[in-house]
Amino acid sequence: MDLLRFYARNSGEVVGLVGQHVWLVAISTAIALVIGVPLGVLLTRRPALRTPVLGLANVFQTVPSLALFGFLIPLPFIGGIGATTAIVALVVYALLPIVRNTYEGIAGVDAAVREAARGMGMTDWQLLTQVELPLGLGVMLAGVRIATVVSVGTATIAAAIGAGGLGVYIFRGVASVDNTLILAGALPAALMAIAADGLLGLAERRLAWRR
Amino acid sequence: MTAALEISRLGYRVPGGASLVEDLSFTVGIGETLVLLGRSGSGKTTTLKLINRLLEPSAGEVRVAGERAADLPVTRLRRRIGYVIQEIGLFPHFTVERNIGLVPTLEGWPPARIANRVREMLALVGLDAATFAGRYPHELSGGQRQRVGVARALAADPPLLLLDEPFGALDPITRAELQHEFQGLEKRLGKGMVFVTHDVREGLLLGTSIGLMQGGRLVFLGTAEEFRASGHPEAVAFRSAADPGPPARG
Repeated sequence: MDLLRFYARNSGEVVGLVGQHVWLVAISTAIALVIGVPLGVLLTRRPALRTPVLGLANVFQTVPSLALFGFLIPLPFIGGIGATTAIVALVVYALLPIVRNTYEGIAGVDAAVREAARGMGMTDWQLLTQVELPLGLGVMLAGVRIATVVSVGTATIAAAIGAGGLGVYIFRGVASVDNTLILAGALPAALMAIAADGLLGLAERRLAWRR
Repeated sequence: MTAALEISRLGYRVPGGASLVEDLSFTVGIGETLVLLGRSGSGKTTTLKLINRLLEPSAGEVRVAGERAADLPVTRLRRRIGYVIQEIGLFPHFTVERNIGLVPTLEGWPPARIANRVREMLALVGLDAATFAGRYPHELSGGQRQRVGVARALAADPPLLLLDEPFGALDPITRAELQHEFQGLEKRLGKGMVFVTHDVREGLLLGTSIGLMQGGRLVFLGTAEEFRASGHPEAVAFRSAADPGPPARG
């Protein structure tokens, strides 16, 4: 009840914060895709890079998000207070599932299919775009789904460095020991994560080829 | 007339390792089928991969329809060689029609010509186009899949066909059926073929000549009759494995 009254009184601000939150998640996931998919493909072509790259991405994954935001603040260009720093951190977290699943999606393609494709005279690019990416799409999308859902949660912490989003209510609520305020930020964030999971799951089922 | 395939002194050594194929020479004329017979690991499959350059030869020369394989861009070379493997490797996300039309599509044929060719190829391997063209590989039986694999290899009308144990994974009845049909195809197509198998009976049935491989070398090369008469120990071993003879004790 308190929550509904809160939303009714602050509807303008709520919509603004939800918008910021969606934007943080969308832009960081998009950047992670642009970097992560080619990187995942590269790992299938240069096996020697696999262990160092996935290892490094794994290490980044283990850094607590609040600490990562902190580390980024003093850095020039990508750091500072505000949305840029938050986006950089979110990209770093989204990279691992996207790179790993792109790699695994392609590596999981039947070796006989790959041999037939090469043996019939496909170029490497044709093999990638006509065979490996379509067949690996399901696994890749699963990675995007994990990245997005995690990102929705992590983006709440972005408020700590002034990037806005639903974390603003959560931090304000924690500071003033106000459960309604915490819930005002946490509930829409949770719903957003569920919605992202559902939508991307649907995309996975619709777009991915399965045997 | 130029031979479909000429191989001279072909060799392959694993970089920094063992020699898998050594000093291989043979010729396959138009309308001829050379069966490469040998145990697992004798270098049969490696030989096929050296011909279509899935592996790069470390010695010797391969000529396909008169042209040096090493001089052609690798994709062009491969599109001129039909390739059928035991696991078939049909693209699971392509229909039968797209699978068969693959090389013509890569070669940029107009769609109408591809569609015609696909129907022709389906008829050739005994599949009804109306029933099968729109199906996906997982909707086919093993024998039907292998027929599609053969149709796909033939679609761009290559002068040379490489077959790596194409019927190896089929049940005995389907296998005999496909062997029989394949015999008919060999006569009609007028292509050079290299057919790898470890099944002597299949080899004698389908080959115009037999090449016996052992330890990466060709230890026998001749007609089926010559193979039956050969005293080479490996030839004797293969013959006796195919025909165990009467049991030793009552």
